[in-house]
Amino acid sequence: MNESETNSMDIDYVSNLARIELTVDEKEKFRGQLGDVLKYFQKLQKVDVEGVEPTAHAFPRYNVWDEDSPKEPYNIDQVMMNAPQSRNNQIVVPKVVED
Amino acid sequence: MSSIEIVDNTVSQLSLLLSEKKLSSFEITQAFIDQTNRVDDRVHAFLHLDEKNFLKQAEESDERRKNGKTKGKLDGIPIALKDVISVEGQPLTAASKILENYISPYDATVTRKLKDAGVIIGGRLNLDEFAMGSSTENSAFGPTHNPWNLDCVPGGSSGGSSAAVAAREVPISLGSDTGGSIRQPASLCGVVGMKPTYGMVSRFGLAAFASSLDQIGPFGKTVKDVSLLLEIISGHDPLDSTSFPREVPAYGSLIEDKLEPSVIGLPKEFFGEGMDQEVRDSVDKVIDFYREQGHKIIEVSLPTTELSIPVYYMIATAEASSNLARYDGIRYTSRSKYSENAIDVYAKSRGEGFGEEVKRRCILGAYGLSSGYYDAFYLRAQKTRTLIREDFNRVFDEVDTILTPTSPTPAFKFGEKSDDPISMYLSDIYTISTNLAGLPAISVPCGFTKNRLPIGMQLIGKAFHESELLSIAHAYDREHNFGCESPQLV
Repeated sequence: MNESETNSMDIDYVSNLARIELTVDEKEKFRGQLGDVLKYFQKLQKVDVEGVEPTAHAFPRYNVWDEDSPKEPYNIDQVMMNAPQSRNNQIVVPKVVED
Repeated sequence: MSSIEIVDNTVSQLSLLLSEKKLSSFEITQAFIDQTNRVDDRVHAFLHLDEKNFLKQAEESDERRKNGKTKGKLDGIPIALKDVISVEGQPLTAASKILENYISPYDATVTRKLKDAGVIIGGRLNLDEFAMGSSTENSAFGPTHNPWNLDCVPGGSSGGSSAAVAAREVPISLGSDTGGSIRQPASLCGVVGMKPTYGMVSRFGLAAFASSLDQIGPFGKTVKDVSLLLEIISGHDPLDSTSFPREVPAYGSLIEDKLEPSVIGLPKEFFGEGMDQEVRDSVDKVIDFYREQGHKIIEVSLPTTELSIPVYYMIATAEASSNLARYDGIRYTSRSKYSENAIDVYAKSRGEGFGEEVKRRCILGAYGLSSGYYDAFYLRAQKTRTLIREDFNRVFDEVDTILTPTSPTPAFKFGEKSDDPISMYLSDIYTISTNLAGLPAISVPCGFTKNRLPIGMQLIGKAFHESELLSIAHAYDREHNFGCESPQLV
């Protein structure tokens, strides 16, 4: 990947991926700032990582099992108290299927 | 003892006064509330303080003591938590508008442990929104001010946690550290702050920022107080699958043991350009102290240091963009009133609810994870993270502890770095690599600038060697006690 490909960003495309609506001013500001950040990140492209394994966690633990037994659930009021919109103990969401 | 005198005490002193029945938990808690009411309109460390509930817990502690049922050394000692740690029935905003009305339905594991130890939990402390920042300027509810100079930032992201201890509003607090968010504000506010080894303290109930880097940790005026608090909050938790099954040593008493001579490493890459001269001079005095105490000081090299910032900001933003996907306006966050369909609900609720830095980081993270860029950014950063860990492993074959400044400069002024992300990111240059390597590290106050701004030094230890790290930090701290000096706020 060449340098110009890794230090610019299509802000409309990426903000849509991130599901964040930006104002025109924010887009303008972020385009410049994130361009600078990506330019700074160029340092990474020069590192020799041939044959190096990636680190996802400093001290990974594998196969952490838990007993498959029922536990005390939260009561319905606890679960629903933060919902922005609810009816009959159910969260109301916008329509997601076509007519 | 007047309330102004009470708040100057360390936890160890307060605990003694409680056990000798010279003070009650109610009197202590009331004194800290009084102090908060005196100074917090200027400091703004607190986002929320439920005084009635705070005092009720204190009364319960006094009742336990009267009946000989005290739960431990810290029973009756007040604490406040960074507003990302869940306390059942209390607000948790993460300093974000999107969680403005959120109430925690359950306790974080650290909260439960504090309650089990009888610690009095009152109040929510300010931070950079979702712990993203180094100055607390990114709080949706206004910044916290540095108690040593109100025109300066307290550091961040746990700026409320460090400022509250410095301003004597609480004797101890909890914060979280993803890239320096406990140690840098501790340094800038002149208090002790520690990030434990990754996996030592459960993250269950902590609002996640970057899950492979986040750790909860303690603040206090002294290393001793921090050790006592760490002892309570550490330990394996089945609710956090990254938590490590290890015994928790009695840090609070172990640190008093006689210290054997050890080897301390000074990474040459940390002592280069960009370090303030007064910071350098203070840290030089710390080096002299340890040398005089019989420790061997050697220069070491961590050549990957300059890569730690890009690696960190790639990994942390990628994890954040994924973690923060849960704030979508559907189940428990504020929902935009202007949305027409489901995608719109997500995009508009997040656009309205997130502040600038959170948006910037989620977008950067989404970019690094996106098709076509994943290998060049995220995967490459993870591979470079391996090289950073290997650097530390190599150095720790030779030394027991690494000594560095905590921050290249003392506290800076508001607005100085807020429009320049890279310069803000660089203020974490000395703290970030330890999170990438998962190591424990502590910031200890080591002096003041001529303008009376605090300076901190950082000690980094081997993984899961908290006892040794705290012991060597305590050896310095008990002789100097810079964290016990009070700013002139009253």
